[in-house]
Amino acid sequence: MSFNATRPNLLAAPGVAWLATFMVVPCLLVLSYAFFQRGVWGGIEYTFTLENFARVADPLYAKIFLNSARIALTTTAIAILIAYPAAYAISRAPRMRQPILLFFAVLPFWSNYLIRTYAWMVLLNREGLINNMLRSFGYTGEPLSLLYTEAAVITGLVYNYLPFVILAIYSTLSRLNPELMEASRDLGAGPVRTFFRVTLPLSLPGVAAGGVFVFVLSIGNFVTPALLGGGRFQMVGNLVYDQFLTANDWPFGAALGAALIVTMIVLLFVQARATARASGESREAQA
Amino acid sequence: MNAETSPILRIESVAKNFGPVVAVDGVSIDVLENEFFALLGPSGCGKTTLLRMLAGFETPSAGRILLEGRDISPLPPEKRPLNLMFQSYALFPHMTVRQNLCYGLEMERLDKAEIRRRVDETMATTDLTQFADRKPEQLSGGQKQRVALARALVKRPKVLLLDEPLGALDKKLREKMQLELKRMQNEAGITFVIVTHDQEEALVMADRMAILKDGRLLQCGSPEEIYEAPADRFVANFIGVMNFIDGRVTEDRVFEAEGLRLAVVNARPGPATLAARPENIAVGAPGERLAGTIADIAYHGLDRVLHVKTPAAPVPLQVRVPAQGGTAYQVGDALSLKIDPARCRLFAGGGAGAGG
Repeated sequence: MSFNATRPNLLAAPGVAWLATFMVVPCLLVLSYAFFQRGVWGGIEYTFTLENFARVADPLYAKIFLNSARIALTTTAIAILIAYPAAYAISRAPRMRQPILLFFAVLPFWSNYLIRTYAWMVLLNREGLINNMLRSFGYTGEPLSLLYTEAAVITGLVYNYLPFVILAIYSTLSRLNPELMEASRDLGAGPVRTFFRVTLPLSLPGVAAGGVFVFVLSIGNFVTPALLGGGRFQMVGNLVYDQFLTANDWPFGAALGAALIVTMIVLLFVQARATARASGESREAQA
Repeated sequence: MNAETSPILRIESVAKNFGPVVAVDGVSIDVLENEFFALLGPSGCGKTTLLRMLAGFETPSAGRILLEGRDISPLPPEKRPLNLMFQSYALFPHMTVRQNLCYGLEMERLDKAEIRRRVDETMATTDLTQFADRKPEQLSGGQKQRVALARALVKRPKVLLLDEPLGALDKKLREKMQLELKRMQNEAGITFVIVTHDQEEALVMADRMAILKDGRLLQCGSPEEIYEAPADRFVANFIGVMNFIDGRVTEDRVFEAEGLRLAVVNARPGPATLAARPENIAVGAPGERLAGTIADIAYHGLDRVLHVKTPAAPVPLQVRVPAQGGTAYQVGDALSLKIDPARCRLFAGGGAGAGG
């Protein structure tokens, strides 16, 4: 092996070591619990069993899985629909102004996730800002039940992960060679057809990256559904949380976690494949 | 009026400013039908802005652009029967070569069979048939360049605009493509307007050319006209190699510089600059006219260029002599130069103006 080939591997070593020690090993430990029985008073009884995985497939839990997937998918779709025009606008703004606009897009990250989610509770509750405003505009009916709904959960998730999607889409759009869009106009396509036949297809890797990110973070989220969903909308994240901290059923919690991780890995793999296939094209597009 | 010589494209006092910056300053040019026309100038001279106004990506601040007598300046790029070949080629990376070529015809809503026929035909004439199903990233620079050209040609534009089309190619390929482009222009019977900063390229390819500097048109004409009779000192210096000798014209029509006296006709008395091409200076025996010594010799294969130090000019004069046969020159040799005043230009003062 040549010197030049080994050096990048050496440079990656600290990162790889960190991930292996503090992420892979603990994950494997927890996952290994999934193959043992639950102790009578909680804890683990080291008798091999596959029963925990059978329980994951139980219709009750499968339904929660599907429900989480549905919420995560809705969140992803809404986030992309909001983020794309924003990212497009930022990428078309004068070069000097783009960093400022991006700064505003990621500004929410400067405050704590919990605080941001509590802020939504303040906005949405029956005595909250939105209901108060409605009343001041002359609305006299029963206050709207905005909080503790699925819509509230989705709103919270979209709000929290939107900056990731904006950044991901912006990064592909800003690297597109503007002459490609001009070439399309020159060849007879109007602005709309240029967007759908050139700009959009070439920015799909960014959309996919942002989308998978939101989906993966949303489907495993437990803070937002717990606070904004009020526990009435159990998502997989809450279920895992409950098994470990409330029901004291670590093996079942581990099995649920394993199912979740496998789902995410499959998704990330599919996305990575799609991006690898498209990256040749986007490299070309940046020429 | 003869169809051969009627202007297909008329640029009428076109100006463009970006805020306080004047990029193009009242340029008027007529481009004739079936002509290979070059817009030539150093970077920042406004040639690319002018081309982008022709394509429709910039709107003139003043003036009009007429295509076959019709004002096209208010039209967006997609409504103009001109096509642009981009400097970066701008091939769609998510489409194959065939799809790139089809794109422009699909926008015209032609039927599938017609599109197929025209694309196949264009791919055959540009030698691209074997690459039809490749993506741009699988092509070499020269192949991409052909795809970019084919994608524009398949639209059968009234005028094809080319922005530094050979800039990205290496020297050998560039020289081959210069002739190739000229052949294709001939075969397609389409008017080409090419932007370039390379004067040699313009001389080789263009039927006529326009020299721009600081947004202004300095001279427009055939390569021979511009090479033989440059309008001013800048053009003279920009096109080919030119020797300049600063001096003055006396009352009795003699150009005088240190060590040089040359009878000239039609020259106003006063300070003047004599401009002579290296091939218009001959080497004579010592004692004749301008005396000098050889400071350097550059071998160019067919000929040698002697750099001769003379009292008349601060930089050595370049003199072209045949490489084969003739005298063997050595650095340090003393010789004298004969300048043919009939083949020289005389610029009054330091700048514009003509004489000789």
